[in-house]
Amino acid sequence: MDVKQLKTVGRSFPKKDAMQLLLGKPVYTEDITPEDALVVRILRSPHANAIITKIQTETAKKVPGVEAIFTWEDVPSTRFAIAGQTFPEPSPYDRLILDRHVRFAGDAVAIVAAETEKAAERAMRLIRVEYEVLDAVLDFRSAKDNSVLVHPEEDWFPPCEVGGDPKRNLVASETDADGDVDAVLSACDIVIDRTYHTKAFQQAMMEPFIVYTDLDRYGRLHVVSSTQIVFHTRRILSRALGIPKSRIRVEKPRIGGGFGAKQSAVCEVYPAFVTIKTGRPARLIYTRTEVQTAGSPRHEMEIRVRLGASSDGTIRALDLYTLSNTGAYGEHGPTTVGLSGHKSIPLYTGSLEAYRFSYDVVYTNHQSAGAYRGYGATQGIFAVESAVNELAERLGLDPTVLRDRCMVREGMVMPAYYGELTSACALDRCMEHCRQLFDWEHRYPVRDMGNGKVRAAGVAMAMQGSCISNVDVGSATVRLSEDGTYNLLIGAADMGTGCDTILAQMVAECMDCSLDDVAVFGADTDASPYDSGSYASSTTYITGKAVEKACGDLKKTICGIAAEMLGCTQDEVVFDGSSVRSAADGRSVTLTDIAYRTQAGGTVAPAATASHSSPISPPPFMVGMAEIELDRMTGEVKVLDYTAVVDCGTPVNPALARIQTEGGIVQGIGHTLYENVTYNDRGRPIESSFMQYKIPTRLDIGALNVEFEASCEPTGPFGAKSIGEIVINTPAPAIAHAIYRATSVWHRELPITPEAIAMTNTDAQK
Amino acid sequence: MELKLTLNGKRIIEEIDADLLLIDFVRAHGCKSVKRGCDTSGCGLCTVLLDGTPVLSCSMLAARADGHDVRTLEGLQEEAADFVGFIAAQGADQCGFCNPGFVMNTIALLRENPDPTDDEIRAFLAGNLCRCSGYDGQLRGIRAYLNAKKREG
Repeated sequence: MDVKQLKTVGRSFPKKDAMQLLLGKPVYTEDITPEDALVVRILRSPHANAIITKIQTETAKKVPGVEAIFTWEDVPSTRFAIAGQTFPEPSPYDRLILDRHVRFAGDAVAIVAAETEKAAERAMRLIRVEYEVLDAVLDFRSAKDNSVLVHPEEDWFPPCEVGGDPKRNLVASETDADGDVDAVLSACDIVIDRTYHTKAFQQAMMEPFIVYTDLDRYGRLHVVSSTQIVFHTRRILSRALGIPKSRIRVEKPRIGGGFGAKQSAVCEVYPAFVTIKTGRPARLIYTRTEVQTAGSPRHEMEIRVRLGASSDGTIRALDLYTLSNTGAYGEHGPTTVGLSGHKSIPLYTGSLEAYRFSYDVVYTNHQSAGAYRGYGATQGIFAVESAVNELAERLGLDPTVLRDRCMVREGMVMPAYYGELTSACALDRCMEHCRQLFDWEHRYPVRDMGNGKVRAAGVAMAMQGSCISNVDVGSATVRLSEDGTYNLLIGAADMGTGCDTILAQMVAECMDCSLDDVAVFGADTDASPYDSGSYASSTTYITGKAVEKACGDLKKTICGIAAEMLGCTQDEVVFDGSSVRSAADGRSVTLTDIAYRTQAGGTVAPAATASHSSPISPPPFMVGMAEIELDRMTGEVKVLDYTAVVDCGTPVNPALARIQTEGGIVQGIGHTLYENVTYNDRGRPIESSFMQYKIPTRLDIGALNVEFEASCEPTGPFGAKSIGEIVINTPAPAIAHAIYRATSVWHRELPITPEAIAMTNTDAQK
Repeated sequence: MELKLTLNGKRIIEEIDADLLLIDFVRAHGCKSVKRGCDTSGCGLCTVLLDGTPVLSCSMLAARADGHDVRTLEGLQEEAADFVGFIAAQGADQCGFCNPGFVMNTIALLRENPDPTDDEIRAFLAGNLCRCSGYDGQLRGIRAYLNAKKREG
């Protein structure tokens, strides 16, 4: 397919909701739901591991304006998972709405519902809780087979067998290998054996978690939530509350950012339970402190890499062991860890003779982790790409040239990536393009600026997936309106990424109409066709393909109706975007005529719905290069320039793809240099606000240069793969590399703070 | 206590609680563009103009606005519409949740300094966080607007 022939796909258009958003129109959950709903607040445990021995709410209930207070004694005893995953979920059913056993400092103890914020807060202060405080598992390195169990309960239930055993604090465990890795390692000239540590970084989306619930005009539970997963949320609520799915409707308005945080139903159950119990509208808005301390951050991981190579830099073997900390509950634990190996090791398919990837995922009494852009790949790529840079530096080789020799290329089968074939891979072109764009040759050498500062550069590659193969489903309904325009109905969730717009671009391309002629709606479980939701980088690739299929079906339906009107057969007519004409005699009927015909005596709906799922998950690829200036005295690092070249297949909307990339890079710079996660002695995260959790400001980044190397993925819509997640993966290894170049010290733990750099510099000078 | 102020050109006299925050007051009066992102005056999402000066409405008592002129994005639609199309053209609106605060502060910037350098733009808007865009798209949008204005003369 020649993308240049396309009219709408491959061109930059503003997002369809752009002006509404930029002019501050009321489009988010808090803006569109009634102010007089009950205010729901959660009383939280101060202890990391404790049993509630007594809870007294009578005094609190007397506060004027308090409608209800619920404790563990009031909720159903069915365990469930809040992970937004296709059923049966790999995540264990290990939660109750409220549990007598609280498992992290911040775990829910009671639900308070009141007429006002003030009444709710006053009531929270008057609830008396007595705890039996237990020893807590606060170091994930000693969690496995610890005598303290995070989930000692007997009704812990895994819907899928993933190697978990709660009696060992294990959520999942597995080993996967190809070839004899020990034999190859022992035959290697050089083995790099290193351990890397990444923390439970926060998505820090600007809109906090927010959910509104009421009973609709049929008495059904109606949920308005800032969520990436309307259908999964409906299923989760059905199980947790014990009510049928037919009695639940979940919709999302505009979402103020998600990045995976909202791929878990973090707080939907609380107001939903209040509405079910009281019959009244309820609304829960998390404070930023709650988002930071009771949200769903990245899984902390420690990754040991053993990398074997020949003395010429040929990478022959990779052996990874990942220890992942899922925190108090297991959502996304068994799946995120897999990406740490399966989306890092295959980058070196070009020369690898053998690999092994094993992992354990453990429970601790920390905040529960969830899904965050990159989903384990970010952690694994920091480890593997750092190890590759350590190899290159040890051998004195240009790390880009070493990668040229070993990287995966188009047409290769990747044993470490489920045996998939790279039918579209421009990683080699990304590297060459990035080298030129960045001017690697001149910036790679370390430059002493003569003022205590030094400039240096680093590099990293990345890959991701474009869906969860053989699992997730995307769907689209396309409908013709009587003015010849279209409605596109989707269940995928635009969280600001622009998927509503790019899917509409695909409709416009398929139906040969203008983008303005496509109205998008999503997502609502009552009205949208089933879609797993927006995660795993899948919306462009999976839902996009469903859009393409639905348009093909609709075109056939329209032609069938037109043929009947023209008194000929369907294969005698031609669809031209605004009308259907007879090829034989040129007579035609307009789309308006056709649509009106379906409304008067019509027996065929001018609509089509299609679903799509994929047996493969074609990886996008990327190369990132960072130039930093490091202050040797203070350890301060400034990223002067970040240059990246991405192969996302066909960029459907290049402006949006570029912004995705820039935004992902800046998030990556954040967790590399600024965003720390530390705990007090009770296991509570210290960085509970934006004062302490320092996401990058616009003063913290230098120039960003992003370009694309298109490839054409044959299974993707218009050759597209994905863009959403891969973009966060290169900054950590590239910047850590540059810091090594500037200081001769490898930092293997994120974030790399000025303190860490200055202290190691001081140590080195001693 | 009684509060008298002008909100988007409209005079309001109202009994309020002494501890009412300005953000909750303006949202209760329909100014839903004003967003709460952090509670600790660290994100800039709640920016409104008080007598033309940007302030963080989540960290200011409504009572302190007594006798003052308060403007939210609802009251500056035309001035905003003048340049936000350039942000949209970059795709830098993204999730949009930070947009109102960003737009308000950009309006304040351009009133004070109609021809800012890139560094002046970054410095003025430093307190406006955005987690989606990576900031460069916002900068390119403002630059494109300024260039277009210069071309118009």
